[in-house]
Amino acid sequence: MRGGGPATVVFLLPMLVVFGLFSWAPIVQSVVMSFQETNLVTAPTFAGLENFRTVLADPLLWTAVRNTLWFAVLALLLGYPIPLVAAVLMSEVRRFKGLYSTLAYLPVVIPPVVAVLLWKFFYDASPSGVFNTLLGAVGIGPVPWLQDASTAMVSLVIEATWAAAGGTVIIYLAALTSVPPEQYEAAEIDGASVWGKVWHVTIPRLRGVLLITFILQIVGTAQVFLEPFLFTGGGPANSTTTVLLLIYNYAFANSLGGDYGSATALSLMLAVVLGVLSAIYFRLTRSWSAS
Amino acid sequence: MTDRGVLSSFDWRRGRVRGAARLAHTVLLVLLFLAGLGPVLWLAKSAITPTQDTLRDPLALWPNGFDFANLATAWTRVKIDEYFLNTVWIAAGAWLVQLLVATTAGFALSVLRPRYRKALTGVVLATLFVPAVVLLVPLYLTVVDLSMINTFWAVWLPAGANAFNILLVQRFFDNLPREVFEAARVDGAGPFRLFWSIVLPLSRPILGVVSVFAVIAAWKDFLWPMLVLPDPAVQPLSVRLPALQRFIELDVFLAALAISTVIPVALFLAFQRLFLNGGALSGAVKG
Repeated sequence: MRGGGPATVVFLLPMLVVFGLFSWAPIVQSVVMSFQETNLVTAPTFAGLENFRTVLADPLLWTAVRNTLWFAVLALLLGYPIPLVAAVLMSEVRRFKGLYSTLAYLPVVIPPVVAVLLWKFFYDASPSGVFNTLLGAVGIGPVPWLQDASTAMVSLVIEATWAAAGGTVIIYLAALTSVPPEQYEAAEIDGASVWGKVWHVTIPRLRGVLLITFILQIVGTAQVFLEPFLFTGGGPANSTTTVLLLIYNYAFANSLGGDYGSATALSLMLAVVLGVLSAIYFRLTRSWSAS
Repeated sequence: MTDRGVLSSFDWRRGRVRGAARLAHTVLLVLLFLAGLGPVLWLAKSAITPTQDTLRDPLALWPNGFDFANLATAWTRVKIDEYFLNTVWIAAGAWLVQLLVATTAGFALSVLRPRYRKALTGVVLATLFVPAVVLLVPLYLTVVDLSMINTFWAVWLPAGANAFNILLVQRFFDNLPREVFEAARVDGAGPFRLFWSIVLPLSRPILGVVSVFAVIAAWKDFLWPMLVLPDPAVQPLSVRLPALQRFIELDVFLAALAISTVIPVALFLAFQRLFLNGGALSGAVKG
């Protein structure tokens, strides 16, 4: 049944229409638009590298880049070790294993908007806020959380880590089952302690997955939008304005018509960075699933 | 015993190791209860607690009085029922479009195998490397051009352009036994019959995976529906909730949040295996 007969074309049609209109054409268009002066009223005109120059000269860009990197670093510090430790411990659980993973994954299925709005209430900066009450019980605080430029980003990252950690735990748990028991037995014959086995057998076996989750996390955090948009709107004092929030502001925040050229120029620059990371990711998953 | 982890059965018999493992597991379980179930239970409690109680003592385990009317008020007076229905429509349409595109494309590429199959698969998979942010502005302008603003089509159709679904379905179809297709062809089945009566019934597992993730993703989506559905009458819960916060009372607002959480959590509890086994990595990729 090989060939490209009319039946094949009929089956391909839905994909060709949907991808053509809503994926391939917009991708090409975003490249074109980044070199154009576009608004919805007059016809677009060629602008050369002007959009890129405008974006690169915007002092807010460097604030946004710094904030996004800061978010990524914080997210790695918090979001990287916690799921790993949890997964290694969970893989040793003998009873109610399912309960552990269900509880760990529950935050992932709560709609992100609901989670952020709920946490916004928890983050109430007054001494009677939920988290401040909890911290007050052990003599800490009150913490200003979202109200202060020095703590706002950390607050965002804590919520984002809580929301995403369960997914990472499940990935690690799956990888942990692939560690061959003979390797542990060999380590035991060599007299390895429990820590020795974790450090010399478990962690090296997870190296591939650890690298993949590392890249996934960077690609994900570079596109963070929901948390700064709903928690703080980029404030206080632009301390939580991320790159994606800046793109959104260029294109959609001004009700008089967006600066689509700058927005697409910045998205393209971000995409090149992320594309390199995704390419590495894709190669890794292939070699990882092949081994 | 082949099914083992770091700890051997010998380790488990050593008192010190066993004690430490038990302690670590208990601490972990308590933390997971607090972090995983805690916020959900808090939301459930606060949804039926009067505002004053929640504000005065947010961490009270048992409220002074229950106020089940919050749920009814949220559902009818704040019109959560309409937004809920919008969300259901958006999720259902996005699900249908994704399933249609993924199965027909997967069937054409994997079973019918046209000569240009490799090139076409390449162009589809290449979109996986393009982060969604690149599409934001041009896709928005496309939707404006097609006059789809404030219609569900603006969410449904772009959802179909999901290369990951096609990859999943195509891989599954690749592993179906070819002899069955050949036998069907000898019996005179054309491609449409082969698709409908043989390939689709054999693909229930993968269609389940794609379906659950499609519904959950549609339920979660925020930025895109916010852009293309500016009219509150067609907005889903995720878009409407942040706006509602400004003009409704806290207890009713929390009730609305609770209502929005029920469906995804119920789906998760019903299809736990799907989330906790194979699908984790695939879900992570689309983020």
